[in-house]
Amino acid sequence: MTGWSDATIWTIIVALGVGTFTIRFSFLGLLGDRDLPDWLLRHLRYTAVAILPALVTPMVLWPNATGGQTDPARLTAAILALAVGYWTKNAIATIATGLAALFALQALGV
Amino acid sequence: MASSTTAYWRGIRAALPFLLVVAPFGMLFGVVGTEAGLNLAQVMGFSVVIIAGAAQFTAVQLMQEQAPTLIVLASALAVNLRMAMYAASLAPHLGPAPGWQRILIAYFNVDGTYALSHMEYEAKPALTLSEKVGFYMGTATVICFPWYLATWIGAVLGASIPAGLSIDFAVPVAFMSFFAPALRTLPHVAAAVTAIILAILLQGVPYSLWILLAGAGGMIVGAELERRMAK
Repeated sequence: MTGWSDATIWTIIVALGVGTFTIRFSFLGLLGDRDLPDWLLRHLRYTAVAILPALVTPMVLWPNATGGQTDPARLTAAILALAVGYWTKNAIATIATGLAALFALQALGV
Repeated sequence: MASSTTAYWRGIRAALPFLLVVAPFGMLFGVVGTEAGLNLAQVMGFSVVIIAGAAQFTAVQLMQEQAPTLIVLASALAVNLRMAMYAASLAPHLGPAPGWQRILIAYFNVDGTYALSHMEYEAKPALTLSEKVGFYMGTATVICFPWYLATWIGAVLGASIPAGLSIDFAVPVAFMSFFAPALRTLPHVAAAVTAIILAILLQGVPYSLWILLAGAGGMIVGAELERRMAK
């Protein structure tokens, strides 16, 4: 991978493995069945629905593949995928919609 | 032993539909990782050592953007913070299990194994500890082992995908499939919208720190709205 030595890549893999395991083991192994404070659980409930949308935003608005220029086809396909995912609650339908919409829009010359 | 074996098979049956999600996601990670320039051992290392789809995609995406190593680690681990909540909610059921079992349970703690097992424990409070562990391992057998295999297939196929296809778009779409179905309540939607707005406004913050700031902002808004709505 450009810009990353093999040693750094493996360091990242191992560090993420250890870090992720620590998170998973935390309240199960180290702290027993002690109750967590409500405010902490309340915030943890929103990690996925906050961090993932943040990550995805620049990928959709300024894609690397188009040199950072906003691409109407990718933007439209992303909005359609998001809408389908929200209404159907179905992960596979979300992906299928996004990819099919992009290929269709590109075929139409958008 | 017999009852825990029965529970194990029940876990396997309950998890079978998840193969429809695990197989394409695993393959997609294999393809994306290979296209990004990781070799087969490294792609498999991600799926076996970390075994967390969204975090794996996050790390590979940020590495491609040449983000600093610490940001790659912090952002991918932030994506996995929800698993602390899973661990906390499994603890009353699986906390009394022997240490080596808890280590395996923790390693296999992913969205699917957690969701299915927690649902089962809530629905059947009379289950014994060994039945609970058996069911959990059943779900892990179906959800986690195919993850490795699917990654391997994707990595091998990835090397032969022609460059003209818009495979780059598969990554944001995969991310959307992780969070869009999870937008079940108004606080969820508010958290996501806040994070998106902050992500746009904070793009200029160096070292890709905008990810963590936007994520934290979204979490605070979601949690605060939930608290106010509960009153």
